Formats: sequence, C-alpha cells, structure tokens
Amino acid sequence: MKIVFAAQGNIISSMGFTAEENFSAMEQGRTGIQKITREDFLSFSFYASLVDDGKLNKKFSALGNHLNYTRLEEIFILSIADVIEKSGVDVKSENTLLIISTTKGNINLLEEENYGGFSEKRLLLAKMASEITRYFGMKNYPLVVSNACISGVLAIITAQRLIYSGQYDNVIVSGGDLVSEFTLSGFNSFKALSDEPCKPYDAARKGITLGEGCGTLLLTSNERLLNINDKKIKVAGGSVSNDANHISGPSRTGEELALAVSNAMKEAECGSAIDFISAHGTATAFNDEMESKAFSVAGLQNVPLNSMKGFFGHTLGAAGVIEAVVTLETMKRNVLLPSQGFQNSGVSEQLNIITQREKREVNTSLKTASGFGGCNAAVIFKSI
Amino acid sequence: MSICISTYCSIRNNQIKLNGEALLTKGVEVPFNEFIKSAYDLNASPYLKFFKMDDLCKLAFITSEFLLKNRKLSEQYGAENVSLLFANTSSSLDTDINYYNTVKDFASPSLFVYTLPNIMLGEISIRNKFKGENAFFVFDNFQADFLCNYATQLIREQKAKTVVIGWVELLNENYEAFLCLAEETPNGTELTNENLNKYYNG
Repeated sequence: MKIVFAAQGNIISSMGFTAEENFSAMEQGRTGIQKITREDFLSFSFYASLVDDGKLNKKFSALGNHLNYTRLEEIFILSIADVIEKSGVDVKSENTLLIISTTKGNINLLEEENYGGFSEKRLLLAKMASEITRYFGMKNYPLVVSNACISGVLAIITAQRLIYSGQYDNVIVSGGDLVSEFTLSGFNSFKALSDEPCKPYDAARKGITLGEGCGTLLLTSNERLLNINDKKIKVAGGSVSNDANHISGPSRTGEELALAVSNAMKEAECGSAIDFISAHGTATAFNDEMESKAFSVAGLQNVPLNSMKGFFGHTLGAAGVIEAVVTLETMKRNVLLPSQGFQNSGVSEQLNIITQREKREVNTSLKTASGFGGCNAAVIFKSI
Repeated sequence: MSICISTYCSIRNNQIKLNGEALLTKGVEVPFNEFIKSAYDLNASPYLKFFKMDDLCKLAFITSEFLLKNRKLSEQYGAENVSLLFANTSSSLDTDINYYNTVKDFASPSLFVYTLPNIMLGEISIRNKFKGENAFFVFDNFQADFLCNYATQLIREQKAKTVVIGWVELLNENYEAFLCLAEETPNGTELTNENLNKYYNG
C-alpha cells in the first residue's frame, strides 16, 4: 500500500503568516485572541482572533491585484503559495489536486454593499475554490469539503483516500474561514459566545471565541517532496462518524466520537500507543464534556491533550487543518504545547490536559473534531 | 459481489420518482413549500421535526424517506456501517440569505443552525439512526465520477457496508434532489459512473 506523507504546512492567523511564526508564538505563550470593537460585526465588544489587514494587504500585493480577490481568497492564496514554495510540488500537474475546506467561504460578501464589487456567484464555494486554482494555474478542478467544524479533518482524510486510490499523487488541503457579522451574530444568537477568551475544558469555561485564518497542508505519496531534515510523518488512519442524536448538540455519551477514534486507530495499526491528542475543545459546556467521555470510552484518558482554540479561537472550516499543522510541528520538534486558557478541570471524565510546554518524544498523534449536524472525525499522524 | 445501485429516488419539477416511477406530480405553479408538504402527507408516518427544518433539509429528508421506505439499514448492516455521501452546488446559501435577513432585527438561532449543508446528513442520521461515515462536498454540478469512486472506496475498504449517495440542491425556489442507495447486492444495477449519471438524468 502507498504511504501518504504529511509534508509542508502553512498557517495564517493573527499570530503569523507561516507555520513557524505561529508555533513560535504559541511556544512563547502568546495568544491570537484579542478584545475587538467592530460595530459592523456586533453592537458590543467581543473576543476574537483576527488576521491583520495591513499585513495581509502588504503580503498579497506581491502576489496579485486586490480588486480581483476577496479577503478570504487572498488568505487562501498566500497560504497555499507558501506551501508550494516550500515543497516545490508541481502544482500544475494532473496528479495534483486542491481540496478547499470551508464552512462559509465568502459569506462576508452578503454583508457588503453590492457584494463588495464581486459577482454574486463568488458566494458559491466551488466558484471561490476555482478562482484559487485558476490563480495557480492548476489543471484539476478543486474539491470543496463543507461539513461544519469537521471540514478540515475530513478534508485531510479525503485527501489520504484519494491518494490511496491512485487518483492523485499530491493533494494540497487548505482550510479557511473568516470572522464575520454572519458567524458572530449566529453564535451569539445561540448564546455560545464567551465574553472572555475561551477556556477549553476549564471549570469556568463560558463558550467559544471565534477566530479566522487558514491552514494549508501538502499530502503526498512522493517522499522526495519532504524536507530532508524533517521527521517523516504519514497520515496513518482516518474515520468519520455521526451521533444521530441532535443537529446542534453533541452526543450524550461520546460513543460516536470514540467510534471514529477507534476506527482511525485500527486503520493506523498503532495499538493504543498515542503520544498526543490535538482535541477539538471549543469551550462550550456540552462539547468539552462529550469529548471527555469519548476519550475515556476510547481508553485515552491519560494521553497528553490540548485544545488550540485558546490560541486561534475557533476557526471553523480552517480549524482542522490549522490544528493538524501545529500537531505536525509538535511531532517534528518534540515539543508539547499547553492548552491555552485551561486551569481547573471542568469535565466529568479525567483528561491529561497539558498545562505547560514540555519537551517529549511525540511519534503518534491523534487529531479530532466534532461539529453541528452531529459529525465527528479523527485522523492519526504517525512518524516512520 | 458487485456494488450496485439498489434503489434511487428523485424530486424535481414538483414530481417525485422512485426507481423511475412517478409517485406524486404537482403543477409547476405549486410553490415548493406546498409541494413538499403534500409529499410529507403522502409518506404517512408523522415526524414533527420535519416542520422545524429549512427547505433544503425538508427536500433531503423527504427524498430519503421515499428512498428508504421498507428498509431498515441500521438493523441490517449496523448503524456504524451506514454511510452518507452528499453534495450540491449552493451549499446552504438559500438559508444563509434567509438567516442574514434576520440579523439586523433579531438573529434567529433556529435559522442559523441550518446555515451548514451537512445538517441534512444530521437530520437523516437522526431519523434513521445512521452513525457511519458522512461527508458533504460542493461542486459546480453533479459529479457522478467522484461520488461513484468515493462510495465504491468506502465499501471496498470496509469503511461502510452501504452508502446513501445524494445530490440535494436548492436556491430561490429552484431545487433538485437525487438520492440512491449503493450496496453489495445481486439485485441492482452496477454502481458505475455511467449508471449513476443515467439514473440522475432519468
């Protein structure tokens, strides 16, 4: 069977425009979440992690014309361009596919007069994705995954499957979403927004903090594209499940997330040897509680675990990819990062939540996500 | 055993067709809401969650009800072995616009929850107790080859025993739903790109 390597990654967030910048900021204990006053978004101040517009405009000016691309498309293009440059992947080859992961795409155009000067069609996710492939001159039509908050992890799993099946040698997975009036008002209407930076798994958690950005990851069967000095890591297994319980609330037992986790572990043939879990951890009361039950059912309650939402906020369709890229950095550097915002456990089952930076050999990692619609996804990265 | 399309159902132009046979036809002047309510009434078994759904979910749900009538896939295959593989063009844009129109006044949480296309998969999973693989993709138009390959791979790699393949599209009163069931069975038409296109177009 083919090996699907996880090669170069990029992250664009409030903390930086490369994976390295983001990881260093996290290592220094910085967070991208800030208090924001934007009356066009919400009538009151809120916490969020936003990409810096000045920096974005400056960086994108070197690549293209602002008039031709929406804000999110610019972020996608910058992120993908970094991965192409660092990997040398033949982006124009018939063997290279782009998968875009997003929940809302260019939904902010709804909020602007005359769609910000763009065609109404830009609201369509496939249209947005094809603008990006056109920018890079890619031959293959892009694939778009839009499956709520598991989109990013599902996109990585889909990429692995498409490479296994022999349809492509290289898949660039890029996940992106913006913070907008649309998403902020929606989560606010659910009373799910925290009035302080989010605190995943903590006893005093009050809900989510939204974030925006993009994560891009190259998956390839071509070993020569890997950085020569990097630990070689493969996508070893992946699985998706549904709670079949409620469209906006998670499972009461966590059994379905545990099912996805155990299926992914079976495919990865890693036994129970997981060194690190990058969990979803949105800091809502019900989600974090469900996850604690799921990891307990899966027998992983002692594995060091973090949620990265305290750094990036919840970046929706970007989250799975951004957090996977950080997970891969964690494995390459053998450095565990703390779960930002966590102090005292506020979930019913025991979890081994990381509270400080720690040097430790990390060779097998689990990344999970769960979302509206009752969906759960799990992917395993393993060094070889 | 080969992987076959064992049954298929479409709703378009105010007509429901199951395995090519028309079950309900209404004039094109009948609005979607009225049409889908008559489809619900025809299907007999009451399900009150239906009335909370947005139009896209109503469409997907009703099509799945006709497709899966007389089948108990969770019992036959095990809940974790039933997979949903859906796609469309407009994601949840129809409801996105409806939701956004409420924001200036009083943002509606009951609409916001439907601003994700995979909520269709959630609704169908809840109704039928499906717990297996589920995925939602967005394309310009119906992509038989992708759906066919992906469903085949799920079954061949034993990630699913059966896959409900769905194309459910709705925007501004323009709508179209096509669902089919792929499973290993001697009674059906082989799941191929051509056959999937043929049934979709039929």
